[in-house]
Amino acid sequence: MTVPLLDIHALQHSFPRADGGEHLVLDGVELSLVQGQIVGLLGRTGSGKSTLLRLIAGLAQPSGGTVTYLGEPVHAPAPGIAMVFQSFALFPWLTVLENVQLGLEALGLPDAEIRKRALAAIDLIGLDGYESAYPRELSGGMRQRVGFARALVVHPNILLMDEPFSALDVLTAETLRTDFLELWGEGKLPIKGVMLVTHNIEEAVLMCDRILLFSTNPGRIISEIGVDLKQPRNRLDAQFRDLVEKIYVAMTARTPTPMQIGTAPVITINTVLPRVSANLLSGLIETLAAAPFHGRADLPVLAEELHMEADELFPVADALQMFRLAEIGGGDIKLTEAGKQFAELGTDDRKKLFQRQLLSCVPLAAHIRHVLQDRANHVAPKTRFFDELEDHMSAEDAELTLRAVIAWGRYAEVFAYDDDSGTFSLENPT
Amino acid sequence: MRVIVPISVGGWARLFSRWDLLAVLLILGLLVFLAEASRHLFEPLTALQNEPLSLDPRNLPEYAARTTLRMLIAMVLSLLFTFTYATFAAKSKRAERLLVPLLDILQSVPILGFISITVVFFMALAPGRVLGAEFASIFAIFTSQAWNMAFSFYQSLRTVPVELEEASRNFRLSPWMSFWRLDVPFAMPQLIWNMMMSMSGSWFFVVASEAISVGNTTVTLPGIGSYIALAIEHRDLIAVCWAIGTMLVVILVYDQILFRPLVAWADRFRFEQEPGGVPPQSWVFDVLRRSRVVERLTQPFGALWRRSLRPRGPQKSGPIARSAPGAPSRIGFPIGVMVAAFAALALWRVVSFAVAGIALSDVGTTLLLGLATLARVVVLIAIATVIWVPIGVWVGTRPRAANLVQPVAQFLAAFPANLLFPIVVSVIVAWRLSPNIWLSPLMILGTQWYILFNVIAGAAAIPAELRAVGINLRVGGWLWWRRIALPAVMPYYVTGAITASGGSWNASIVAEVASWGNEHLQAYGLGAYIAQQTDAGDFHRIVLGIAVMSLFVVVINRVFWRPLYRYAERKFRL
Repeated sequence: MTVPLLDIHALQHSFPRADGGEHLVLDGVELSLVQGQIVGLLGRTGSGKSTLLRLIAGLAQPSGGTVTYLGEPVHAPAPGIAMVFQSFALFPWLTVLENVQLGLEALGLPDAEIRKRALAAIDLIGLDGYESAYPRELSGGMRQRVGFARALVVHPNILLMDEPFSALDVLTAETLRTDFLELWGEGKLPIKGVMLVTHNIEEAVLMCDRILLFSTNPGRIISEIGVDLKQPRNRLDAQFRDLVEKIYVAMTARTPTPMQIGTAPVITINTVLPRVSANLLSGLIETLAAAPFHGRADLPVLAEELHMEADELFPVADALQMFRLAEIGGGDIKLTEAGKQFAELGTDDRKKLFQRQLLSCVPLAAHIRHVLQDRANHVAPKTRFFDELEDHMSAEDAELTLRAVIAWGRYAEVFAYDDDSGTFSLENPT
Repeated sequence: MRVIVPISVGGWARLFSRWDLLAVLLILGLLVFLAEASRHLFEPLTALQNEPLSLDPRNLPEYAARTTLRMLIAMVLSLLFTFTYATFAAKSKRAERLLVPLLDILQSVPILGFISITVVFFMALAPGRVLGAEFASIFAIFTSQAWNMAFSFYQSLRTVPVELEEASRNFRLSPWMSFWRLDVPFAMPQLIWNMMMSMSGSWFFVVASEAISVGNTTVTLPGIGSYIALAIEHRDLIAVCWAIGTMLVVILVYDQILFRPLVAWADRFRFEQEPGGVPPQSWVFDVLRRSRVVERLTQPFGALWRRSLRPRGPQKSGPIARSAPGAPSRIGFPIGVMVAAFAALALWRVVSFAVAGIALSDVGTTLLLGLATLARVVVLIAIATVIWVPIGVWVGTRPRAANLVQPVAQFLAAFPANLLFPIVVSVIVAWRLSPNIWLSPLMILGTQWYILFNVIAGAAAIPAELRAVGINLRVGGWLWWRRIALPAVMPYYVTGAITASGGSWNASIVAEVASWGNEHLQAYGLGAYIAQQTDAGDFHRIVLGIAVMSLFVVVINRVFWRPLYRYAERKFRL
């Protein structure tokens, strides 16, 4: 196959910001999809990978660069590109059969053919007997099967999958993945290529032929990893584990871009802060300090131990690093002296330690505290800080950042915040 | 099912935008245009010779049928209006900025104001005068139904889940197909609820929409409304009772034949995926669904309908290019010029109309009258709150009681104020009471129930855990009300109160003047003023009265209800 199914060149996407600027979510994305491949887009929340999928589907327009499908630029939803959604996106008022038929009706096919093809797809995907059921009567796994059948029935060249298994429980997700790979391997699926968005590292290694790693803010491809393991793949296989470890390392590497959340060595007053609760931080520190880790852990092992996915673990680990309670590097996480100390203290002393770390490591918290101290009545409205932040980030990020700082400030008793009046103050209610 | 707020509450931070101004101007311009047209067409209509109405109860079935037919036609028109206007407002950002304020102002214009102004106009439009009067009547009913339906549909369209919208685009449904496959089904449960509300609203104004009298033009169209009007004129208490009975039967039949099947049918469009609660039942729906005959008869139509949703012929296989949505559309400019031209024309008409027939003192008078009516509305809402919130909470926390109370309250919401005239007028005259105070309760007669409906819905929605905590911690008495019940029903209450307040203004035109035979009572207020000017056929003052009333309603909505609604949503939404 010489012409790739899909070709993406210098793709860029941004959202308008409140101050008239642009918030860049995707930048300089280059990729192509050839026949017979499953390509995985792997990255953290906010890396723009779902946005990329929507640009490919023609559901949104890029602000720069091109998406070319079979040699033609994509400006609108193209025939031959079908999508499977994270939340299934089934029409609750249509039966399984009607949901599957929808895309064929839109093609304007004759009734008999619509019925024949829909029943064939239902049969293929293992939904026999559920034709007249409504989605609300089905379990999550069955609903997503309808999602697959609906996408496959139009015989698309490219199947786009937006975290299709992440809303399912572990066992159901595994069954669906296995069934899909089996059908794909046997060539029974009427598709030529697949793009899979995921934040689950093992899922990516399990399913994909190529994995593209995305950085956050803005989303760029930082690395491309080929997976040559034969299907069916075994999670316990040494090569499999190596690949997972390699991806962990790549995803926790300190990149020189100062915009990267958390891993950035320098936190300024305008850094977007992750919303991680003090409880989660304490919990992770305690786990790290205790056996079997004794202050140092391999991230994949830690994730397994905590039954957390990489995407859930990374923000917490990043926050620990930001507070200089831990250090991350080479796929490992290690408690600092302050972190070890924290693990041994009681509730009140922990708060004091956290207070010190908060004021020294998070400039925004220190800034709010200073402003409050300088003012005669020790009161300041939230809007004052919000406006300041909004000059440097989107309104949404500014809100999240303030929420994060409020939560930490409350825990550390650095300042108080009253949500009704929207004001910061130094007084705690007595 | 929760009633949607019948005013716009989204978006804008400012109280009033320039789009509101534009909307006011356009509607004022329209009113003035109609009033001017009416003034010129105005002539005593002695020619209107329909067969005289009779109070013989044997005529009631026919009258009921005619009233029902008018309401159904108006409902069809309202649906057409809803599907077009609300869709346009929801789909086009540009249109939305004008259309939503326009709807806000339109729903503040008193329904009876529309009748006063349009009746002569419609009668002149139609070749046969009776037909014109029918038009006017149907239009009046339409104005009592359309606005809240349009609001409901608009708000539903705005909340269609993003992923469903993406799915329908990904599978390349045509706009027509995704409208009927996605937008309409999603909006259907809420829309049907609002249709039921609208129906109640049009019953409340049934007398005014059938027994129309503007200046020397008096039109009585055969129907229940004009039957009631005649009964009141003749002080015929027995006929009034017959009318009440007929209404009750018609409303019950409506409920069983039309709305209950609709509700049962629309249950499939509920968006919540989890199975929960007992689905609504309707024997009519079951019969229709199970009947072979019905299936045979409807099948060809169904097939035809489905075919209309399909694109003609097979689709082009290549990617279809489309202009990027971000690019500024060229259509905007000419439309902008047209809107500006319309606004200028409207402004000119309004100013010249005002200069010709309205003195500054008139404006002062109407503002004072408006304050009097405002005082009534405020006091009545407060009283209704004190009475219905506790009762609503009590009923709402007892599902069996709620099932009994709901239909009764629904009937009472449809109960026209005129039917109480005999009692109220007799009592006021007999005891020499002040009509300024004692006519007022009529204003809230039909609308107080919306407070009750909503509070019941809110109380029923209090999570079982929250109530269990209350019991577990032995929270009782006033503390229970203050900490659990009242905060939980607050957003619902505000929604109901907004509906009730708007409705009370509307009802003031019926409620501030009451008569029973030769006894005519009148309270000091804006509603009475509009009713009086309508009787006199003074179009300048009718328009002035309507404009001032709209002003009051819109300002109160924006200054009081909208902030309160946002606050309640933010703080108390569970």
